[in-house]
Amino acid sequence: MAIRERLSGNEAISYAIKQVNPDVMPAFPITPSTEIPQYVANYIANGEMDTEFIPVESEHSSMSATIGAQAAGARSLTATSSCGLALMWEELYVAASNRLPLALCLVNRALSGPININCDHSDSMGARDTGFIQIYAENNQEVYDNFVQAYRIAEHKDVMLPIMICQDGFITSHAVENIELLEDDKVKNFVGEYNPENYLLNADQPMAMGPYAVSNYYMETKMAQNTAMNNAKQVILDIGKEFGEMSGREYGFFEEYRLEDADYAMVMIGSAAGATKDAIDKLREQGMKVGLLKLRVFRPFPDEEIANALKNCKVVAIMDRSECFRGKGGPLGAEIKAALYDYAKDVKAFNLVYGLGGRDFTVEEAERIYNDLAAYDKDGTAFEEYRYVGLRG
Amino acid sequence: MKNTVEIRWHGRGGQGAKSAALMLADAAFMTGKYVQGFPEYGPERMGAPITAYNRISDTQIRVHSNIYNPDYVVVVDETLLESVDVTKGLNPDGAIVINTTKSVEEVKPFLKEYTGGVYTIDARRISEEALGKYFPNSPMLAAIVAISKVMTKEEFFREMESSYRHKFAKKPEVIDGNLKALHMAYEEVE
Repeated sequence: MAIRERLSGNEAISYAIKQVNPDVMPAFPITPSTEIPQYVANYIANGEMDTEFIPVESEHSSMSATIGAQAAGARSLTATSSCGLALMWEELYVAASNRLPLALCLVNRALSGPININCDHSDSMGARDTGFIQIYAENNQEVYDNFVQAYRIAEHKDVMLPIMICQDGFITSHAVENIELLEDDKVKNFVGEYNPENYLLNADQPMAMGPYAVSNYYMETKMAQNTAMNNAKQVILDIGKEFGEMSGREYGFFEEYRLEDADYAMVMIGSAAGATKDAIDKLREQGMKVGLLKLRVFRPFPDEEIANALKNCKVVAIMDRSECFRGKGGPLGAEIKAALYDYAKDVKAFNLVYGLGGRDFTVEEAERIYNDLAAYDKDGTAFEEYRYVGLRG
Repeated sequence: MKNTVEIRWHGRGGQGAKSAALMLADAAFMTGKYVQGFPEYGPERMGAPITAYNRISDTQIRVHSNIYNPDYVVVVDETLLESVDVTKGLNPDGAIVINTTKSVEEVKPFLKEYTGGVYTIDARRISEEALGKYFPNSPMLAAIVAISKVMTKEEFFREMESSYRHKFAKKPEVIDGNLKALHMAYEEVE
C-alpha cells in the first residue's frame, strides 16, 4: 500500500535518495537546492542511510568528485541549481563523454543577471547539449517518481549516460503538498544493485578513464554518445511502464491532457502545467476543445512522438521558460517547430516565453492564451510569432 | 463549486508566518485533506515583508501559482497595514484577521472598505502570557482555524498536540505553553 504523506519537492527527492541509498554524494549548497544535501546529510547522521557524503568547496568540485566516485565504480549523485550548474559546465561534458551514469538533482532556477533565486529553466536548457538525459517534473510526486527511475535508465547497458532529474525551484521544491510514497523494499527491489562492467577500482581489469582522444577517435565517441541517447528512448518507456506496474503511476515521454481531440494546444514543461490543466477544464465546460502536452523528457528529445500527438491540432502555443536570444523563440519552440516541420507541417505553432525569474503563471493567463489561439484561428486576429506573456502592465 | 479554501499570510521575515502556513497544511493533511503550504520568496531577510500561502481542498490541487483571490488573510504584523495592500483580492465572503492591540473599528481605515469579516487578536499578549515569549504564529494559526473552520476544533487541537509532541520532543517544557496559546487565541476569536 502506498504511504500517504505531505512533503515539499526537496523533501520528496531526498526521501527517494534515502530509499535508493547511493554510494557517494558530493555537494555544495546553492538556493533552492540546498535542502537536498541538508536532508540527505541528516539521514546519514541519523544512521538511516550509509551514503558517503563529501562536502566540497564548489560546484566544479562537486561534479568532479561525483565523476571520480562514479568512475571508481560507486553509484553517485549530486544536487545543484542555477549558477551552481553553470560552474559545473565543463565537468558535465566529461561525465557524459565518459559514459558515467551518475545522477544530478537539479532544482531549476534562473541564471544571473540580474541575480534572481526563482524558477525558470535557463540553467538546464543551457545544459541541453552536454549529453545528460533530462527529465522534468510537474510536482513533488513526479520528482520523487522520476528519481526512483533515474538509475535504472542511466545505468542500462544500452545507455550508460548521466541523468538530470529536474524540478521547478521554490514552486515545486519548497511547496509542501500531498504525495504517495513507495515502501523502502519496493524502491530497493526496483532500483537494484549497481554492477558496473568497467570501473577504475577493478584491479583485474585495469583501464584508462578520460584520456586524450586524437581526431582519429574523437568523432566516434560523439557518435557513440548519440547512439546511447537514442537508445535511452526505449529504455525510458520500458522503465516508465515497469514503474507503473509497481506504483500505479506510469510514465512516458510526455503527458497528454485532453489533447486527443483538441483544436488548440499548449506545450510546456514543469509546474505551470497544473494551472493550464485547470484552465483546460474551465474552457472545455464552455465548449472549447483545448488540451496540453506536458513534456517530461527533453533529452533524448521525442520529436516524432510529440509531432504525432500534436498533428490534429489547428494551432499550438509552445511555452518556453527560458530565453536563448536567437530572436525568434526559445529552445523548446525551436526543437518542436523542427519536429513539426519533419512530421506534421500543417500544424501552426507559435512560441511564447513565460515565467522567467519566477514570474507567476496563472489559470487566467492560460485561459487568455487559449482564447488568443482560437481568435487567431477563427477570426484571423494577429498573433505574434514570438511573444512574452505575463509582462508588467 | 468552490471546494478549495485559499489563505494568504502576511508577516515579516523571522516571525514564523511561513512556519505557521506549513503547520496549518500539516494539520489539515492529518484530517484527510489535500493541502499546499508554500512561501513566496523575495530578497529574504529578517524583518522584510513576506507572504506565505495555503490551499486546502477535498480534491487534488494542481495549481501552483500564488494566491490572488484568497478566502482568508492573516496579518501577523500590524505594521504591514501601512505598507501592504492586505485585503487585495480578498473574497468579500471571507475574512481577515490581524494581530494587533487595536479594535476592529480602529483597523478598518486600513482595509480599503473591505466588506467581509474583520477580526483582531492580541497575539503578543497571548503569547507572552502563555509562553513568556513573543511568538505570534501559534495564536494566529489558532485564530485562522477558528475563523475559517477548515477543520473542527477537536481535530485542530488533537493534531496540534500531536505535532508539538513530535516537534518539541527534546523541549517538552514548551508544549503546554504553545497549547495554551492556541486555546487562548481560539477562544478569543471564536
